[in-house]
Amino acid sequence: MTSSDTPVGAHPDMLGGIPDPEDTDYFVAPYDEGVSFDELPDSAPKERFRLSLTGWIGALIVTFWVLIALFGPFIAPWGENDLPFPDDYSEFQTPRAGAWLGTDVEDRDILSRIVYGAGRTIGISFAATVLAYVLGVVLGIGAAVSGPKVDMVMSRINDAFLSLPTIMLGLVVVAAVGSSIPVLICTAGLIYATVVFRLARALGQEIMVMDFVEAAKARGEGRWWIITREIWPNAAMPLITDFGLRLIYVILFISSLSFLGLGVQPPQADWGSMVRENLGALQYGESIIPVLAPAFAIATLTVAINLVVDDVSAQAGGRLSKRL
Amino acid sequence: MTQTRNPGDVVFEARDLKIGAIQHDGSEIRIVKGVDFQVRRGEVVALIGESGSGKTTISLSALGYAKPGLSFTGGEAMLLGRDVTKMTTDELRPLRGISVAYLAQSAAATFNPSIKINEQVTEAPVLHGTKTQEEANAKALDLYRALELPNPDTIGDRYPHQVSGGQLQRLMAAMALCGDPELLVLDEPTTALDVTTQIEVLKAFKQVIKEEGAAAIYVTHDLAVVAQIADRIVVLYNGEIKESGPVDRIINNPVHPYTKRLMAAIRPMPEAGQGEDSSDEHLRDAPALQAIAIDAGYGARDSNGKPAVPILRDVNVAIERGKTVGIIGESGCGKSTLARVFAGLLPAYGGEIHLDGERLSADLAGRTRAQLQKVQFVYQMADTALNPRQRIRDILGRPIDFYGTAAGMTRRQRVDYLLDLVELPQQFADRYPHELSGGQKQRVNLARALAADPEVVLCDEVTSALDTIVGANVIDLLNRLQRETGVSFVFISHDLSTVSSFADEVVVLYAGMVAEQGPTDRVLSPPFHPYTRLLVSSVPEPRVGWLEEAAQTREAKAGASGGVKLTEKGCPFFERCPLAIPGTCDEVDPPKLDDGNGHIIDCHRPIAELSVSG
Repeated sequence: MTSSDTPVGAHPDMLGGIPDPEDTDYFVAPYDEGVSFDELPDSAPKERFRLSLTGWIGALIVTFWVLIALFGPFIAPWGENDLPFPDDYSEFQTPRAGAWLGTDVEDRDILSRIVYGAGRTIGISFAATVLAYVLGVVLGIGAAVSGPKVDMVMSRINDAFLSLPTIMLGLVVVAAVGSSIPVLICTAGLIYATVVFRLARALGQEIMVMDFVEAAKARGEGRWWIITREIWPNAAMPLITDFGLRLIYVILFISSLSFLGLGVQPPQADWGSMVRENLGALQYGESIIPVLAPAFAIATLTVAINLVVDDVSAQAGGRLSKRL
Repeated sequence: MTQTRNPGDVVFEARDLKIGAIQHDGSEIRIVKGVDFQVRRGEVVALIGESGSGKTTISLSALGYAKPGLSFTGGEAMLLGRDVTKMTTDELRPLRGISVAYLAQSAAATFNPSIKINEQVTEAPVLHGTKTQEEANAKALDLYRALELPNPDTIGDRYPHQVSGGQLQRLMAAMALCGDPELLVLDEPTTALDVTTQIEVLKAFKQVIKEEGAAAIYVTHDLAVVAQIADRIVVLYNGEIKESGPVDRIINNPVHPYTKRLMAAIRPMPEAGQGEDSSDEHLRDAPALQAIAIDAGYGARDSNGKPAVPILRDVNVAIERGKTVGIIGESGCGKSTLARVFAGLLPAYGGEIHLDGERLSADLAGRTRAQLQKVQFVYQMADTALNPRQRIRDILGRPIDFYGTAAGMTRRQRVDYLLDLVELPQQFADRYPHELSGGQKQRVNLARALAADPEVVLCDEVTSALDTIVGANVIDLLNRLQRETGVSFVFISHDLSTVSSFADEVVVLYAGMVAEQGPTDRVLSPPFHPYTRLLVSSVPEPRVGWLEEAAQTREAKAGASGGVKLTEKGCPFFERCPLAIPGTCDEVDPPKLDDGNGHIIDCHRPIAELSVSG
C-alpha cells in the first residue's frame, strides 16, 4: 500500500466509490457525512402462516369428513339400518341406483352406514382425545412445576401405565366393564392421557428453566400465575399440533377395538365394526366395496389430518416435529 | 483436483453477489445487495459488521450454502474458478470439507459428545477418500502440535467434554484443517471465549493458517480481534460493502463514517487517574446491598449443609447507593452465581445478604414483596428473558401492577414513561418481543427491571450478546439512567474494557474468590493482583501487532495453562500464577493487603512487589 499525504476520504474526488488508482485493493462506498446508521433488525420479517398444497388437500378432506359427521344423518339416502331393497335377500350387492356403494352383509346401504359411522367414529375419537388432553396437560404441567418428589411419583406411575400395550389394556377394560360409548371414550382417553402427560411435562420442564419464568419467580409471582401466564401460552401451540396427531392414534385405536368386536356394538354403524361385519365379502361377495369403503374412510381421514399437522409443525420451525 | 498452490492465487471471489429471501408473492427481500471481494491464497479476509449486516450469509456462500429461506438471486461466488451458487448439492459435496471448511462459533455444539475427538477431526478427509486413516491421523497430530494443544499424542483419545472450551475451539480448527482445505471460513470463532483464552486461540489460528498456506474468511463484529488476525478487512452494513482494504489502512485511517463509528465503539482501557476516586464519604451510610462472607454452590447438600459443587467462598462485596460495582472474571468464576445469590434465586449456605442494613432472607420465599421490589435482575439473553407470548405492554405492566409502582400515573402512562426512559418509541408497547431487534429487546429487559422502581439492578452480562455499537449504546443508557434515577447497578461482565468504562468500583473474581477489589482506576493500575495483571494484558487492542507483543509477556505464558477450580484452601490462582510461592500460596488463604481508598488485594506477595510492572 502506498502512503499518501492527504487522507483518502478527505478528497472530494474519492467520494464516488472509485477505487484508489494506486491501490486496487482499496474500496470505499459513497457516503454522506452525518448519516446515521440505524440498528439493523435481527432477522428478515417472518412470513405469515400458509398451508402448502398438500396441507390444503388435507384440510379439505378433514373439513369434508367433519361436515359429514355433523350433518350426515340429514343427508344420508337411507337410515342406518334401513334396507334399500327389502325384496332382494342377497347380501353384498354391487353398486346400483339407490345404493351407490352397494349393500352390506345385512343388505343395508353401505353409503348411508359410512355417513352414520363418520359421526360415531370421529365423535368418540374427538371426545376421547379431549379427555386425554385435559387429564394429560393438567397433570403433566402440574408435575413439571411441582418439586422433584411429586414429579417422580407421578412420572413413575405414568411410566407403569405407558408400559402396558394399549390395545391389550383397552381389550381388558372393555371386556371387564362391557362396551358402551362412554366406556370407550373413557378408556381411550385414559390410555392416551399417559402419552400426553409425557409431552406436557417435557414441554413444561423446558419452559420452566427459561429466564422469563425465573424472572417471574424472582418477582415473587405465585405458582398459578406462572402456570397460566408464563408456561401455558408457550406450551399451547405445540400441544395443539400434537392434538391432531394424537387424534389419529385414537381413531385407529377405536377402529381397532370395533374391528375386534369390543368397540361400537351392532347394529350401530362405525367404520371399524363395518370392516369386521363385512369381512365375508372378501371371500364370497360380489363386490369387495363393503370392506374397502370403511377402510378407505379411515385411511383418508387419518392421512388428511397428518398432512395438516405436518404442514403446521414444519412451519413452526422443525423444533416441534423433533419433539413429536 | 490439481494441488499446485501458488501464493497470491485467487481462491474465492464474490462478484456482485446477491442473496435474498423470495416471498410467496414472488417479491424479494434482499439480504446481500451485490458485494465484490477476493480472497487470495495465504490471506485472511475479515468480514466485519453488526448482526443483520449479512456477514455470515456472505461467508456461507463460499460453501455454496444459503440458509433456509434464502437463495442466491444474482452474481457469482467463485470458489477455485467455479461458481458454487449454481451447483447442486451432489456437486458441492466433494468440495465441502476438502476444498472449503467451515468453523462455527460454538465448538461445543459442533462436536458430537459421544465420539472421540480424533475420529471427528479426521472424519472429513477419510470420508472423502483423500487421505487414509493413517495419513489423517498423522496430519491431525501435526495440527495438535501446531495448535499448541496439551498432550498432543493423547488428546485425540478424549471425548469433547474432557477438554476445555478454548482447547475445543482449537480442535475444531484442527478438524477444519485436516483435509488441507484451500479456503477456511471462520464464523466468530473466539467470540464466546474469555479474553485470556482468546489470546491463545487467536495465536494458534494465525500461526496455523500461515503454515498451511490456506486462505481464510474471518467473520466477526470485533475490530480489535480483526486487527490481530486479518490481512484485509471488508466492512459490511445492511448487506453492502462500506469500505474494504488492507487491515492497517482500515484500522489506522478509516474513511467511511460507518467504519469510524465501529472504531469509536471500541472502548479503550481507561488510563490510571480516570474515573471517580471514591473517598471515605460513602462509608457513612449503610450500603444499598451488601454481601458478607458469602459461600454458595450448587447440587445436593451434605450433612454440614455444604453443596456438592461449591462455587463461591468468602465473598464480601458492598454496593453503595447510586454507584455501579463491576464484577469481572472468566466464565465459571462465579460472577452470575453471585448475582443469583443477591437476587435470592440461589440461597447461599454461608454468610449474609444485607439490604439497606437489614438482613435479607437467603431464599426468595423468605423475602417480602417490598424487599423483592428493591433488588431487580436483568438477564444476559433478552431472547429468553422476555416471554415470547406477551406484548411489551404486559411485560412492563406486570411489575407495575404487582409492586404498585405506578406512582400516581395510570399503568398505560407508566409503560409509556418507561419506554421513553429506555429510548424506545411508545408504539412498541403493542409489539411482541420477536418483533424487536436484539438491542431493543435488551432495552425492554432493562425497562422491566426499572418498572419495579428498584434500588439495585443486577445486570448479568447485559451487553455480551450485543454488537459493539449496540452494546455501547446500552452502556450509555445505563449511565444516563443512573444519573436520572439514582439506582445502583451491579454490572457483571467478562469484558474488562466494558466494565472499566462504566463502573465506579470493580471486583475481580477468580474461581469463586475475590482476588482484588476497589475503585476502578486503582484496580486497573499497579499494584495489581497477578490475575488482574493477566486480565488487563489480555484485552486485545485495536492495533496491528498487539497479539505478537502480548504473547511475549510473562502473563500470557502463565495464562495458557492450568484449570480454574475453587480450592479448599489457599489461593485458587496458584496454578497459573507467575509469582506463586509453593507451600504458602496453595496452603494458606491470602491476606487482604490494603492499598488505601478501599483498594484491597488478596495476595501473599507484598504490595511493593505487585507494583513492579511487566
